[in-house]
Amino acid sequence: MKPPPFHYHDPQDLDGALDLLARLENAKVLAGGQSLMPMLNMRFALPDHVIDINAIESLAFVRESGSRLEIGAMTRQHDLERSAPLRRLCPLMVEALGQVGHRATRNRGTLGGSLCHLDPAAELPVVAAALDATIQVKSKQGGRSIAMADFPAFYMTPAIEPEELVTAIEFEPWPAGHGHAFIEFARRHGDFAIVAAAAMLELSPEGTISRASVTLGGVGTAPLRCHGIEEQLLGQHGSAALFREAAEANRGIDAMDDVHASTLYRQHLAAELTGRALATAFERAQERVPA
Amino acid sequence: MEHRYIGKPLLRLEDRALLTGTAQFIDDIKLPGLLEAAFVRSPHPHALIRAVDFSPALALPGVHAVFGYDDLRRVLTSDMIPTDKTGGDRFPATTWPVVVPKDETCFAGEPIAIVVAESRYIAEDAVSLVEIDYEPLPAASDCRQAAAADAPKAHRAAPGNVVTEFSTAYGDVDSAFVAAEHVFSVALKQHRGGAHSIEGRGIVASYNGASGEFTVWSATQAPHKMRNGLMELFGLDEDGVRIIVPDVGGAFGGKNVVYPEDAIVTAAARLLGQPVKWVEDRREHFLAAIQERDQYWDLEIATDGEGRIAGIRGKIIHDQGAYTMLGLHTSHNCSIGIPGPYVVPHYRIDVAVVETNKVGAIPVRGAGYPEANFAMERMLDAVARGLKLDRAVLRQRNLIPAEQMPYEHPMKTREGTPTIYDSGDFPRCQAQALAGADYETFNERRVRAREQGRYLGIGIANMMKVTGRGPFESATVRVGRSGRITAFTGAMAMGQGTGTTLAQICAEHLGVSPEDVTVVTGDTSVTLHGLGGYGSRQTVTAGNSMDQAAREVREKAIKVAAHSLEVAEQDLELADGEVRVRGSDVAMPLSAIAKALSGAKGYSLPKDVTPWLQANVNFRPPDVTYANGCHVVEAEVDIGTGGVKILRYVIVNDSGKLINPLLAEGQIHGGTAHGIGNALFEWMGYDENAQPVVTNFAEYLLPTATEVPRFEVTHLEHESTLNPLGLRGIGEAGTVPAAAAVISAVENALESFGVQICEAPISPKRLVELILQAKQAH
Amino acid sequence: MTDRRRIALTVNGLQRDGEVEGRLLLADFLRHHLGLTGTHLGCEHGVCGACTVLVDGQATRSCLMLAVQANGRSITTVEGLAPDGEASHPLQAAFHERHGLQCGFCTPGFLMTLVEFLEENPEPDEAAVREALSGNLCRCTGYQGIVDAALQASASLRETSGQ
Repeated sequence: MKPPPFHYHDPQDLDGALDLLARLENAKVLAGGQSLMPMLNMRFALPDHVIDINAIESLAFVRESGSRLEIGAMTRQHDLERSAPLRRLCPLMVEALGQVGHRATRNRGTLGGSLCHLDPAAELPVVAAALDATIQVKSKQGGRSIAMADFPAFYMTPAIEPEELVTAIEFEPWPAGHGHAFIEFARRHGDFAIVAAAAMLELSPEGTISRASVTLGGVGTAPLRCHGIEEQLLGQHGSAALFREAAEANRGIDAMDDVHASTLYRQHLAAELTGRALATAFERAQERVPA
Repeated sequence: MEHRYIGKPLLRLEDRALLTGTAQFIDDIKLPGLLEAAFVRSPHPHALIRAVDFSPALALPGVHAVFGYDDLRRVLTSDMIPTDKTGGDRFPATTWPVVVPKDETCFAGEPIAIVVAESRYIAEDAVSLVEIDYEPLPAASDCRQAAAADAPKAHRAAPGNVVTEFSTAYGDVDSAFVAAEHVFSVALKQHRGGAHSIEGRGIVASYNGASGEFTVWSATQAPHKMRNGLMELFGLDEDGVRIIVPDVGGAFGGKNVVYPEDAIVTAAARLLGQPVKWVEDRREHFLAAIQERDQYWDLEIATDGEGRIAGIRGKIIHDQGAYTMLGLHTSHNCSIGIPGPYVVPHYRIDVAVVETNKVGAIPVRGAGYPEANFAMERMLDAVARGLKLDRAVLRQRNLIPAEQMPYEHPMKTREGTPTIYDSGDFPRCQAQALAGADYETFNERRVRAREQGRYLGIGIANMMKVTGRGPFESATVRVGRSGRITAFTGAMAMGQGTGTTLAQICAEHLGVSPEDVTVVTGDTSVTLHGLGGYGSRQTVTAGNSMDQAAREVREKAIKVAAHSLEVAEQDLELADGEVRVRGSDVAMPLSAIAKALSGAKGYSLPKDVTPWLQANVNFRPPDVTYANGCHVVEAEVDIGTGGVKILRYVIVNDSGKLINPLLAEGQIHGGTAHGIGNALFEWMGYDENAQPVVTNFAEYLLPTATEVPRFEVTHLEHESTLNPLGLRGIGEAGTVPAAAAVISAVENALESFGVQICEAPISPKRLVELILQAKQAH
Repeated sequence: MTDRRRIALTVNGLQRDGEVEGRLLLADFLRHHLGLTGTHLGCEHGVCGACTVLVDGQATRSCLMLAVQANGRSITTVEGLAPDGEASHPLQAAFHERHGLQCGFCTPGFLMTLVEFLEENPEPDEAAVREALSGNLCRCTGYQGIVDAALQASASLRETSGQ
C-alpha cells in the first residue's frame, strides 16, 4: 500500500497555492493528511498533483474579531483543543475534538481538512453545522463565504470548485451561559461515530429554553440540523421527559443503511443520543447561569 | 527439588533488541540486488481467466518481471501447494490449494501474477497496468446456502460444495434423548475473524544458481513445514532449501501454512536469479491470509430434572473457504471440543465442511475450541434458564469431579486414541474464579445498578483445550569450545518468549544463568527437524526436549570432569560455567570439557563417552495434554446504544507447571484479549457474492486499550503426569472461553428483556435490535 | 512523474539528508533510506500506530506523512530514545520490567506515543493511559503490561525530574 506517483507541490503562501489550484488539473490539496494519505496509500485517490499547503502559516490561527470567532483551515486539531479562546467561547468544539481520532492523528489533522473530507460520521462538520458556521473559500478570482448548511454538495464532497481552497471558518460563539454537549457512539474510543449528537441550549432568566441547536452526524451524508426539535424546545422548561420526548422525533429521520449500521439502528441512536445531549446541555446551562 | 530458574518470573532475554529498534523483522532484511514484489490479485470471488497481458506493466521503467502461471510453472514441479492431506483421500481434487490458478480464480484476492520491480512503489504501479480478461462466475458465499444442492459451485469442476461430512460420536445419544427429562435446543451462528498479527506475512527468497540451492527468509510459524513445502515444489531435498526466520511480529495461526505467495516469490527469485522480497500489506492480509470465519450450529442438549447432562447432539456447517489448506483441523476440533471439562455421557456431532469462494479457513489462535466452548456454554445457559437454575450451580453439577481424575473421556482424540484428562481440578477452578469475581454478591451490585438505570450482567465459562500436540519436537544443547551454550530447537518463537523459557530450562541444569544460553530458533540448516509453533504445544514438547537434552549434557560434563579430576561423579556439581568438586576450588570449566570432547589433544576421556559436549533430544509425549480454566466476566450493557463495557474480568487458569509465570500471564492476557475481539468486535464481512466488505483496520475492529479490561489472573498448577516438567500448555488457553464468558455476561445483563444471544460476535447494533424485538414481543 | 527533491532533516539528533520522490512515505524514508528499521509499518492507513515517531516532539504517524514534508524538521525514532542505544529510557526499562511487549512489532509505536503523552501528563491515572494508547494496536499483550509499564515509567520519570 504505497501512494501512486504524483507531482508534489508545496506553495509557501496562499497566492502560490491558489495559483497552482487554478493551473493544475486533477490536483488534491494535502492538509493534515490524516484522511488523504490513507486514500493515497490505498490508491483510492489517484491525483496527478498533490498541493501540500502545510507551509502556509497564514492559514493556521484562532482569532476573535468582534463578535465572531475565526479559525484558519490549517489549524491543527490538537492546537484547537488547547486554544484558550476556543475553550472559553466554544466548549462544544473542544468536547468534540476529544473524540476526533487519537492524539497522534490530531497532532497533524486540521479543521479545514476534516471539513473538506466531509466524512458523514466526522465530528467537526457536525460542530460547524451546529454553530451555523460560515466557510471562507478563496480562489485566484477572489473569495466567497458558504454557509455550512450549503457546504456539503453530496457524499464526502464539499460544494467548492476545483480551483477553490477553504481558508477559514467563522461563527458567532454562543453567550457564556449556554449549555453544550457533544455525545457520540463509536465502536471503540477514537473511531468515527456511528451517530453523533451535538446540542446547545441557552436559557432565559425565567429558566425556559430561549435558544436551541440540535445537530446529528452519521445519519445521512451530511450533518443534519434538527430544526423541528429546536423549535419544539423553545419556551419550554427543560426536563428529562421533555428531552426524551423531543428526541423521539429522530426515530423517524432518514438514515443510511450499510454493513456496519442499519437504518433502524441509526434512527435509534439518533433518538437516544439526542436525548442524552439535550439533557447534558441543559444541566450545564443550569450550572452556568448565574443564580 | 527447589529450582533456580524453572518456575521463576524472569524478565525476557528478547526485549533489548525489540525496545531499541535493533530487532530484525522480515522487512528489515537487506541483500545485494534485492528486488521487491507486489501481486496481481483477482478482484472477483469467482471468475474464469480468459487472457492476461503483462506488456504494459513490463514497459514501466524499474519493472524487472511479471510472472504468471505459464512462467512460474516452468520451475515448479506441481500446480499445487504441498499440504497436509490427512483424511482427505476422498475430497474433491479441486479443494487442494493451487500456486496460481491456471484458468479459474476462486476467491477475491487470489494471486494471479507477481510483479517484481526495483521498489514496492513501482511494483504496485505496475500491478495496476496488468490487464486480465476475466469472465465472472456465480459465487458461493454463505456456507449454509452453499451446502444446498443447487448452490453456485465454488469450483466449476467440483461435484458440489460439500468437501466432506463426518461425525464425532460416542455412546447412544438418541436413546439418551428419548429417556431424558428435558431437551433444550440452541441454534448458533459463529464467526471468528483473521489472525491479524501486527506484522503481516513476508518472505525474502534468494537462489544460488551455482549450487541450485535456495535461502529463504520467512516470517513463518513453521519453518520446517515451509522448507518441506518449497523443496517439494522445486524438486529438491532438505539441503536444497534453507529457511531462516528472523524476528516474527506475531502469528496467531496466520503464518502456519505454505501460501501461494511463498511459492511464487521463491519461483520468481529462481527465474530472475536475483533475490526477491514480498511483505504483505494489511489489505493483503484481509484478502489473502487465512481466517477462521463462519459456522452454523444446530444443537440439542438433554438433561435430567436437575440439569445433569444426559447427551448432546447436533450439526455443524463449517465454511472451509475455496481451498483446504490445513485439513479438517478447525472443524474437527469443533466437533470434539464441546464437552470439555463436563461430563457428557452420550454424544454425536455431524459436521459438513463446505467450500465457499473465500480465502481458505484454517485455525486462528484457539483453533475451533473457542467455537466449541461457546456452543457448550450457550447450551448450559439455556439449560439454566429453562430449569431456573443458577448458572454456576448447574455447571458445578456437570463438571468432572476432582475425585474422578484421571478421567478417561469417552471422546476419542484426533488420532483415535482415548482422551484422558490426567490432571486438574475443574470444580475448584470454577469455585476459585467465582470467589475471585465476588459472584455471591453480584446480585446486590446488579440491583444497585438497576436503580440507576444501568444493566449489569455476569457470565461464566469453563474451558478445556488440547495442548502439547506432538508427536515430538527437537532440542539440541551444545556447549562450544568457548564454554558458550547454544540451544537449538525446531520450536518457533513469534513473540511468546520461547527463547527465555527454553533458556531457563536449559540453564537450570548447566549451572549457568539463562543469559548464558543462546536459544536458536527458526533455522532449518542448524535444526534439521522441527514442527513449529501452533496448538499451545511448544513449551510442552520443546521444553521437555530441552530439559532432557540439558540433563544429558550435564551428565556428560560430570562424567568427563570426574574422569579428568579423578573424583567420584557424585562429588561434582555444575555452577558458574564449570564442573567443580563440592566445597572446594577444584574445577573444570565447561569450555575445557567441550574442548576435550571435541577431540583436542592433551585431554583424557572416559572410554564410554560419545564425542562433543552436546545432546539432541526429541521428546515424544505419550499423549496430548490439556489446559483448563474458568473465566468470570462482569459487564454492563448500555441499552440505549448497545455498547458493552467489561467491568471485571477474572481468570483462573490451570496450565500445569509454569516455567515462567510472568510470560504465562502474558499469554493469558493476549489470548483473552483476542477472545474479547471475537466476542464483541472482530468481523470479517463478505457480501452475498463473496466479495470482502471489510478490508482495513478502520472497519475490522481489533480491541484496543480502552476496550480490553484489566485481567485478574490466578494460576492453578496441577502438574501433568504426561511429561517430566508437568506442563499443560497455555498459548491458546485465554482465547478459548473468552467469547462464551463475555457474551454470557451480556445476555445476563439483558435478562429482564428476555434477550437470548445466539451469535458471536455480537455488535451494539445487533443488541439494540434484539432488545427492540424482545420489547415488541412482550 | 519522477520529480525528486533533496531534503535535509534532523533524525535522532543527527543531520541527515536524502533525495526522495514526492510520494515516498516518511516511514519508508526512515526505514529504507536511513536504515532506521525500528519504525514499523502495520497497516499503512493510520490505524495501528506502529509507525508512530516524533516530529518536532509530536507523536505522528509516519505512514501518513511524506518524507518531503519532514524537510527541516526534527524526527525522533525508537532508535533515538536512549542516547546509548541501550534500552535505558525509563519507558524502555518499564516495558521490559512489566512484560509490556511480546513480539515487539508494535512496541516502537507505543513507546513514541507514550513519550509525548507522559511529557504532557506526568501523573496520569490508568484510564488516561488507556485512552492515550487507544490509537495503537497490539495483538499479543492484551495491553495490561503496556499500561502498567506506562504507569511505572511515569513514576520513575517524575522521580528523575523531581531530583
